[in-house]
Amino acid sequence: MFRDAALVAGKDLRVEFRSRVATNQVAPYALLVLIVFAFALDPDRGFLTKAAPGLFWVAVVFSALLAIQRSFTIEAADGGRDALRLSGLDPSGIFIGKAGAVAVQLALLEVVLGLGVVVLYNAPLGGAVLLATTCVLATVGLAAAGTVFGVLVGGLRVRDTLLPLLLLPVLAPLVLGATRATEYALAGTPADGWLWVQLVGAFAAVYTAFGIVAFGPLLEES
Amino acid sequence: MTAAVRFRSAVSLLGRFPALAGVDLDVARGEVVLIQGPNGAGKTTLLRACAGLVAIASGEAEVLGHDLRRDRRAVRRRVGLLGHTGSLYDDLTVADNLLFAARAMGADRRVAEDAMVRLGLDGRLRDVPVAKLSAGQRRRASVATLLARRAELWLLDEPHAGLDADGRDLLDALVRERVADGNTVLLASHEVERARTLAHRVVAMAGGQVHVQPANVVGREPLGVS
Repeated sequence: MFRDAALVAGKDLRVEFRSRVATNQVAPYALLVLIVFAFALDPDRGFLTKAAPGLFWVAVVFSALLAIQRSFTIEAADGGRDALRLSGLDPSGIFIGKAGAVAVQLALLEVVLGLGVVVLYNAPLGGAVLLATTCVLATVGLAAAGTVFGVLVGGLRVRDTLLPLLLLPVLAPLVLGATRATEYALAGTPADGWLWVQLVGAFAAVYTAFGIVAFGPLLEES
Repeated sequence: MTAAVRFRSAVSLLGRFPALAGVDLDVARGEVVLIQGPNGAGKTTLLRACAGLVAIASGEAEVLGHDLRRDRRAVRRRVGLLGHTGSLYDDLTVADNLLFAARAMGADRRVAEDAMVRLGLDGRLRDVPVAKLSAGQRRRASVATLLARRAELWLLDEPHAGLDADGRDLLDALVRERVADGNTVLLASHEVERARTLAHRVVAMAGGQVHVQPANVVGREPLGVS
């Protein structure tokens, strides 16, 4: 399973590296979201700083939608979905590989967005352990849930519009937990944030487990 | 020895439409069978069903000794489908695509390299993204993935489409080599004259059913040009 996962993740990351969609489109889009929020909330810079954790995660979620759509668009083109099913790879391995590739892209994006939040929103940096744990778990949760819903709609003509419609409500607990934990981390009171990290961790665990079990049938039936 | 393909009253539904409406078909190992029929006869669905990509709703269906209704994954590991699409990743190079196909099957780099050489995709083409290939070169790359997969049953849907004269001759030669090695080929083609030079046997399809299925003739010469 993990050999197949590494193969799929390597393939997806190679596609992104060669196409440069993530670096030339997704990352600039994410930064633009931050900048637009900065313009919209500019009259009250204090509020902008206070809202920075929420805006950061909203930008990450919007960017994740693009990364997930992209992950399944490359499979939909030229019969790639059939090729994936014929590949003989373990479906659980395919899930882990695709989610892993999305997670790697999101992690890099979060670094860029984090710098953007510090620069544009004047957000303080603090609670490094809580912040890092939140980012890791939220990234895993986003990638896992996104990959589950990505394969669910991947075979449909309306996948690009349907994915956000289905995924955004599902991600609400993750965005809530990650935002609250990030707020506590930046406020310098990380002890209060760990409860929210547990919520994010539980979300990530549930969708990772569900994806490992359900990805095969979803790939077959959707 | 088990048959390469054995269908009995096999039904496949596309929605509510019976794309395969009770197919009976036997294909022996080492045979090349040409499937003929008008558009909508069910040729593509039959090939996709043999690849385990279309579910069998009822009846019996075995491919390479595996029950298609219970063990599609085992079938998929042993077949190669050349369909209307190329099943290639546009942003990856030819070498990347073939390496992925080979490694997915547990093969090493050498198998992918050999496939590229065999299809004339080595040299400057190996590091070209598939998106920048001509239609014929893409088709060659798709055929190369069949070699990289080391499939025992080739399912070829209009295999000559998009290939130039050299490419067509090369594909025919590959089919003959595969069959000489004991592998099996099912092909659907509207280029009947060329396909008959490869086939041992022709079966006719219409309305999702096989209407004419002559007896297996493994070992006989291909039909040749009529």
